[in-house]
Amino acid sequence: MRGYILRRLAFALFLVVAVSSASLILTELAPGDYASGALGMRARPEAIERARERYGLNRSLGEQYRDWVAHAVRFDFGTSLLYDRPVRELIPERAANTAVLALTALAIATLVGLPLGVVSGSRSGGAVPHVIRAASVVLLSMPPLLTSLFLVFVAARTGWVPIAGMRSAAVPEGGAFVDLLKHLVVPAAAIALPLAAMFERLQAQAMRDAIVQPFVVATLARGVSRRRVVWRDALKVALRPVAAVYGLVVGTLLSGSFAVEVITAWPGLGRLMLDALGARDVYLVAGCAGTGAVFLACATLASDVALAFVDPRVRE
Amino acid sequence: MIRRVGIALVALWAAAAMAAPVLAPHAVDAQFVDLQNAPPSRLTMAGARIAIHPWRLVNRLEQQYAVDDAIAVPLRWFSGGHLVGSSDEARAPLLLLGTDAYRRDVFTRLVFGARTSLALAAVSALGAMVLGAAAGGVAGYAGGGVDDVLMRTADFVMVLPAMYVALALRAAMPLVLAPATVFALLASIFAIVGAPFVARGVRAIVRSERRMDYAVAAEALGAGAGRLLLRHLLPAARGYIAVQLTLLVPAFIVAEATLSYVGLGFPDPVASWGTMLHDASANVRVFADFPWLLSPAAAMFLVVLGLNLALEGSPGGLRYDTPR
Repeated sequence: MRGYILRRLAFALFLVVAVSSASLILTELAPGDYASGALGMRARPEAIERARERYGLNRSLGEQYRDWVAHAVRFDFGTSLLYDRPVRELIPERAANTAVLALTALAIATLVGLPLGVVSGSRSGGAVPHVIRAASVVLLSMPPLLTSLFLVFVAARTGWVPIAGMRSAAVPEGGAFVDLLKHLVVPAAAIALPLAAMFERLQAQAMRDAIVQPFVVATLARGVSRRRVVWRDALKVALRPVAAVYGLVVGTLLSGSFAVEVITAWPGLGRLMLDALGARDVYLVAGCAGTGAVFLACATLASDVALAFVDPRVRE
Repeated sequence: MIRRVGIALVALWAAAAMAAPVLAPHAVDAQFVDLQNAPPSRLTMAGARIAIHPWRLVNRLEQQYAVDDAIAVPLRWFSGGHLVGSSDEARAPLLLLGTDAYRRDVFTRLVFGARTSLALAAVSALGAMVLGAAAGGVAGYAGGGVDDVLMRTADFVMVLPAMYVALALRAAMPLVLAPATVFALLASIFAIVGAPFVARGVRAIVRSERRMDYAVAAEALGAGAGRLLLRHLLPAARGYIAVQLTLLVPAFIVAEATLSYVGLGFPDPVASWGTMLHDASANVRVFADFPWLLSPAAAMFLVVLGLNLALEGSPGGLRYDTPR
């Protein structure tokens, strides 16, 4: 068990190092750099050269990378060229915003998707499973890009909730927290709806597989009520395949939140990365990518370990 | 039944994309004077013929239009190489889905955009298929170290959020590129990101099929590695590959739209569903006042829904391991 966790830990570390290094090198290799972009096309070559020198962009790629790594191991990730602030200060706030959005969406999707999946997977007749299934297929066809456009459209028409941003300029009555919740409705729902549909389908499939197993039939035959068998015994077995995808879900959350952050102007990591990529702000790009990789690594690690506890076979 | 509906939906869009020059009443970059963000044409009957009322600009600043009830311009069918058009283009152009901020017909751009978006998704999916089948086939056939290296790489790519990989790779290229270059670039990026999803399953199938009697027999008869793979083993993975393709195409359609939306996709005058949404997003009033500009989102939904319905009930239709 310890060997397994250590191996997964090594992979997580490799993931973070590889992703941040690759994004730094890729951005360095890209045509144009921060100096030429910021000064514009009509800047004199000497001025660009001076700016490059000031930012240390005139050194060779190897030199820049070595320098960055030497600082990064001491948790100094360089200074953002675009914002002129240390990357270490810029990222936590944005990362927290993305985490708030993603975790809210994940919670909603779980609370909505799993119970509906149990219902639609355990019943064979009646209209309820059909309605749930149809709703899921429709929502599965609406990735976060489309749900966010649709929800912003609805919110703009009705004026029920704010359509963009994370906070109002002036703190309204009800306090800052209620204001945040209102702003959270559209982006969180945009990510949560397709995810809930995915959870519902997976849970329904797992439930259908679980409910025909001999132990379920045997429990029913002993006179235990159907509701109790479904929600206690069969569910325990059916949760396993769903738990297995939880680690993978973080990738979906990050990708999904990118589109949503751009459309609803949520000040998260995705938007920051987009701005940094556009400005060729190498250190900020590496920082954002590294942070995303940390999220990913933590999630896969947690789900791997959880799965190893549930299912001893994966430890091999 | 429901699968047929899905297949029909996808086929309809594919046909619309192919027939775009005939289906569209206008040229893709035709602009209409004094019709910025104009609503869809109002249809009416003039005698026995379907006709349209022209739009009259009421307020240029607010971009408000009023129906000119006094004039009814009849439609003209099958003329000038178009399915349908207005009989008086200058006075009342046929605008099935209104116009955009650059005074171009949205319906025309929607069907021409279908060409770009669907072709890119299809080409990328084919690329991912070839790449994935090759890598998976070789890994499953060779085994050992080759298998380890190929599959570890595939696992690594699959863990990463696909959207960010595509974003970083696209951003590493010059921001301004010719449309054809962008097409090739995006197709290669999507193919690379999508290939591991094909490769993993193909590897497993090839590995297990290799030990079957027919494969052993073919080998005993002197079939080389290439022949064995192409003629005997990969055909066994046909069903799996078909399902994967159906899952990859929607992901690629949305990926193109997302990249174009943030300005890293196709350049400006090119019509694609992503660039149309990008143009629409420039104006905050789009959601409240010009909803027809969001029609590419509806089109995307219909295609993805069609593909999802086509997979309903097929084994492996619901999988979590699709690119995200």
